[in-house]
Amino acid sequence: VPTPPVSGSDADKGSLKSYAAGFIFSVGLTTVAFALVLQGGALSRRTVLFGILAAAVAQVLVQLRCFLHLGTGASARWNLLTLVFTLLIMLLFVGGTLWIMSDLNARMM
Amino acid sequence: MTPPALSIDAAVTGELGPLEAADNRAFGFWLYIMSDLVLFAALFATYAVLGHNYAGGPTGRDLFHLRYVFGETLLLLVSSAAFGLAMLAGARGGRTRVLIWLAVTFVLGLAFVAMEFNEFHHLILDGHGPQRSAFLSSYFTLVGTHGTHVAFGLLWIVVMAGQVAFKGLTAPVRSRLMRLSIFWHLLDIVWVGVFTVVYLMGVI
Repeated sequence: VPTPPVSGSDADKGSLKSYAAGFIFSVGLTTVAFALVLQGGALSRRTVLFGILAAAVAQVLVQLRCFLHLGTGASARWNLLTLVFTLLIMLLFVGGTLWIMSDLNARMM
Repeated sequence: MTPPALSIDAAVTGELGPLEAADNRAFGFWLYIMSDLVLFAALFATYAVLGHNYAGGPTGRDLFHLRYVFGETLLLLVSSAAFGLAMLAGARGGRTRVLIWLAVTFVLGLAFVAMEFNEFHHLILDGHGPQRSAFLSSYFTLVGTHGTHVAFGLLWIVVMAGQVAFKGLTAPVRSRLMRLSIFWHLLDIVWVGVFTVVYLMGVI
């Protein structure tokens, strides 16, 4: 007996198209990031670092959008809001730690 | 016109229908996932501070094999996409298809954990265990915590496959599958941070 779909939840907004797009973009961005590091000295270290960080941010955004269907729609609004708040906390956490520890490190030298 | 009795009861007792209950639980689980991200942020911060303290031991450049890590990454990524296909099959009520895609997700996830276990095993055998340097301590903690999450996700997949097989795609089972999908996709997103910060930045 087929059960009626639980409509309104975020899972139903996924389509084959969005999963396929998310997958293809993710494979592409992963390959670019690894290729940048494995290409062996043709590019400067700074360029490679910038490239892999940009690819990582892009891939996170792609997966949030295509796999988790995060958007600005009514049902996903609270998910988005809490994620943005969490990102702020993470930024304070990581940024603050690095700042304090590098400062301490510099003073101990 | 009086409103239907059910909604009055719901308003009085605070009980929710299956649809709102599923949405609320998904949101509650989302909040747990956010707290999990804060946990990973703490481990990333620790790694960022300690990641260059080698204590005269090996560096990331000596230890990491990027082609191996690329393989791990692809396994987890395909497994994340396979879970999406299980959710799509679930939305159409295809129980057998849900089970097939869950099995695919499980096998790929298990292969990922096995590769990571193998990597840790060889590092420890070569004397590059977590006690060797602050770099390796923070490396094992960060990557191992992610791997433990994936292992628990695998256990959860087995439980949910059992529920789909024996209970069918009922509203509670769908709602649990939905939360498992959030967990599984988020683990792949955390892995993007791990392979970029630990492996790629450790080698350049």
